[in-house]
Amino acid sequence: MNIDSIQNGVVIDHITAGQGMKLYHLLKLDETDLSVAIIRNVVSRKMGKKDIIKIDADIPVNLDVIAYVDPGATVNIIRNGALVEKRQMELPEMLTDVLTCKNPRCITSTEQELKHVFRLTDRENKVYRCIYCETKAGI
Amino acid sequence: MKRSIIDILDLSTQELEELIATAEDIIADPDKYAHACDRKKLATLFFEPSTRTRMSFEAAMYELGGHVISVSSAMSSSAAKGESVADTAKTVSCYADIIAMRHPKEGAAYVAATNATIPVINTGDGGHCHPTQTLADLLTIWREKRRFEGLTIGLCGDLKFGRTVHSLINAMSRYNGNRFVLISPEELKVPSYVKKGSLKKFNIPYTQTTDLEAVMPELDILYMTRVQRERFFNEEDYLRLKDSYILTPDKLKNAKPDLAILHPLPRVNEISVAIDDDPRACYFKQVLNGKYMRMALILKLLKEAGTI
Repeated sequence: MNIDSIQNGVVIDHITAGQGMKLYHLLKLDETDLSVAIIRNVVSRKMGKKDIIKIDADIPVNLDVIAYVDPGATVNIIRNGALVEKRQMELPEMLTDVLTCKNPRCITSTEQELKHVFRLTDRENKVYRCIYCETKAGI
Repeated sequence: MKRSIIDILDLSTQELEELIATAEDIIADPDKYAHACDRKKLATLFFEPSTRTRMSFEAAMYELGGHVISVSSAMSSSAAKGESVADTAKTVSCYADIIAMRHPKEGAAYVAATNATIPVINTGDGGHCHPTQTLADLLTIWREKRRFEGLTIGLCGDLKFGRTVHSLINAMSRYNGNRFVLISPEELKVPSYVKKGSLKKFNIPYTQTTDLEAVMPELDILYMTRVQRERFFNEEDYLRLKDSYILTPDKLKNAKPDLAILHPLPRVNEISVAIDDDPRACYFKQVLNGKYMRMALILKLLKEAGTI
C-alpha cells in the first residue's frame, strides 16, 4: 500500500497499533479540512505493527495529547520534503482541555466555562487526576 | 500572603500541631482571643445544607470578635440565577475578609480559592474533602489520647462517599505506627485512590472487614459514619445499606475501656442514644473541638493574609 510522501507537514510515527484513530479524534483532526492519512497496522520491525498519521500541512499538533495517549510515538516535522525535526514524547505534568472529567459530581459538569485540567499524579502508571475533584482520567 | 485550605493535606503536620496548640490555648484562655478579629468579616457560603459546620464557623468568628455575613442556600443567592462559583468568589471577596464555603459539587472550593482574593476554607465540596471536620477529629484524638502515633483506628460505615473518612485517613497516615481497620459493606469500601494515595504510599497497615464486633477489641478509636442518602443516585441502594452498622451498648462489651468513639455527625441511627452517656462517647466533644479548631484556622489564615 502506498501513501504519497508529504512536502510540508507532520508525520506521527510509531503509534501503538490501534491507537491511531483515538489520536486522530483527540487531536481534533476530524474537525479540520486538512489532508490526513491514517495508516493502520503497518508492519514494523521494532513494534510488530504500528499506526501512522500523516498530516499534509505544517500545523502545530498538541504534543501533550500524543504523549498522554501514546508516549512511545514520535513526531516528525517535514519541510520541503525533508525531515527537519524529530520529537520524542514525554508525559506532560498537566493536560488542559484534552480530556473531560467523567465524574458527574465534579464542578466541571455544571460550570461549562471551566477548563478541564488533569494533573499527572503517578508517572509510573501514567495516572492523571482532575485538579478539581481528583477523579482519575480515562478516555 | 493569601492562602486557602481545600484539603487537610494543604496543612503540614507541623502546622496541624500549631493549630492544635492555638486551639488548646483558646480553650484555656478564651478572653485572650475575644478581640483578635475585631471588625473582620467571615462570609459563610453554604450551597448545601449544614447545621454544625456553618454554626460552628459563625460561633468561631463571633468568639474572635469578628462578624459574619452569609448566604444560607443556593436558592437565596445568585447561584440560583446561574452565577458561577468563580464570579461568586470574586464578588464576595469585595465584602468579606475570609470565606467558608460548602458546595455540592466536587472541586467547587478549589474554583472559589483560585478566583477569590481572600482566603477560602473548604467546608465540604460534595464527597471530596472536608478539612475542618478533620481538624475537629484531630483535636478530639489529641485531647483523648495525647498522641497521633501508635493508634489502631477503626473507620466504620460509608467509607466510599464519606469525605471525612478520606481526609482522616490522609491526615493520620502521616504519623508513625498507626493501623487502620476499615469496616464497611462491600459496596461502600474505601476507594482505591485513597488507599493508594495514603495507606500504600506510607506503608500503613490496614485490614478491611464487614464485621464490626470481631475487630472491636483491637480499636483505640472508632470513627462511625452515616450512610449519606444525598450521595446515592439510587434510592434502593441507600435503603439496602443504610442500616448496615448500628452501634449499641451490647457491641461495646469487648471494646477497650479507653476507646474513643467519634462521629462527624449528624447521626441517624448508627449510634444508639444509649451510648451518649458512655464516657467513651466523644462525638459531642468533637463538635466543640471543631469550633476551637476553626477559630485557630481563621486566625492563622487571616494572619498569613496580613489581615490581622
